[in-house]
Amino acid sequence: MEADAEDAQRLATEARDRVRFEEDALALSDQVYRVARHLASSREDADELMQETYARAFRSWRSFQPGTNMRAWLLRILTNLNIDRGRRQQRAPQMQPLEANDYYLYDRLAENDDGVSDEDRVVERLSQDDIVTALSAVPHDFRDVIVLVDLGDFSYADAAQILDIPVGTVMSRLHRGRRILKRELAESALEEAT
Amino acid sequence: MKDPCAHCEEMMQPYMDHVLTDAELHEAEAHLAECEGCRRRYKFEESLRVYVRKAADEQMPAELRQKLAALRIPLD
Repeated sequence: MEADAEDAQRLATEARDRVRFEEDALALSDQVYRVARHLASSREDADELMQETYARAFRSWRSFQPGTNMRAWLLRILTNLNIDRGRRQQRAPQMQPLEANDYYLYDRLAENDDGVSDEDRVVERLSQDDIVTALSAVPHDFRDVIVLVDLGDFSYADAAQILDIPVGTVMSRLHRGRRILKRELAESALEEAT
Repeated sequence: MKDPCAHCEEMMQPYMDHVLTDAELHEAEAHLAECEGCRRRYKFEESLRVYVRKAADEQMPAELRQKLAALRIPLD
């Protein structure tokens, strides 16, 4: 009889912990989506990826260690699922994207603008579409780190853990990825100008 | 000797990420204080990062929010 009561107590505690976990995970969904939207290739992909991620998270809630970073944990699931979906096949292994130097975009925009005096105005020559399109044109390996660090505010260490790569690789991909992004932006902005 | 503007360009990303050493930070700031061209380019990079963030920020569709909530496992 006592054992039954203990069992009932244990089940009730577990149910309460699970409900709390689900609530916490759902409360983070906006933040997870902001990152997922650009890790995935399209809005539809992001939508599916989010549902798969949450379905898996709810099933394996016991493997989450309370007190650790739940957003990073959810994104780890999401990036793994994204890779499982065969996304990596899109990448040609021999592809070495061209990258410009760090000042390339500014210099290209400024040379098309007489008497540049306000850097904010130079930036505003880029449209929201330019930015979203340029971001999606950055190869996945580089884009993943830009999205996690620059859009998702993850530290280098968190990004390394989520993507299962060394911190040094996060740093070098971030550095190159941002340059690639700027080259893509320069191309789309200059296309519009001509 | 290395072109100071080229060196300053190399330090731009680590500068924005706050990962320069004190000595490097001092070096970058000393160059920025005297070089308007690099100063403008640093300012542009700063604005660009904010702008990219803003442009890429997309709200989660309300429908998806409902779908995620429906994935919760019902209590027995």
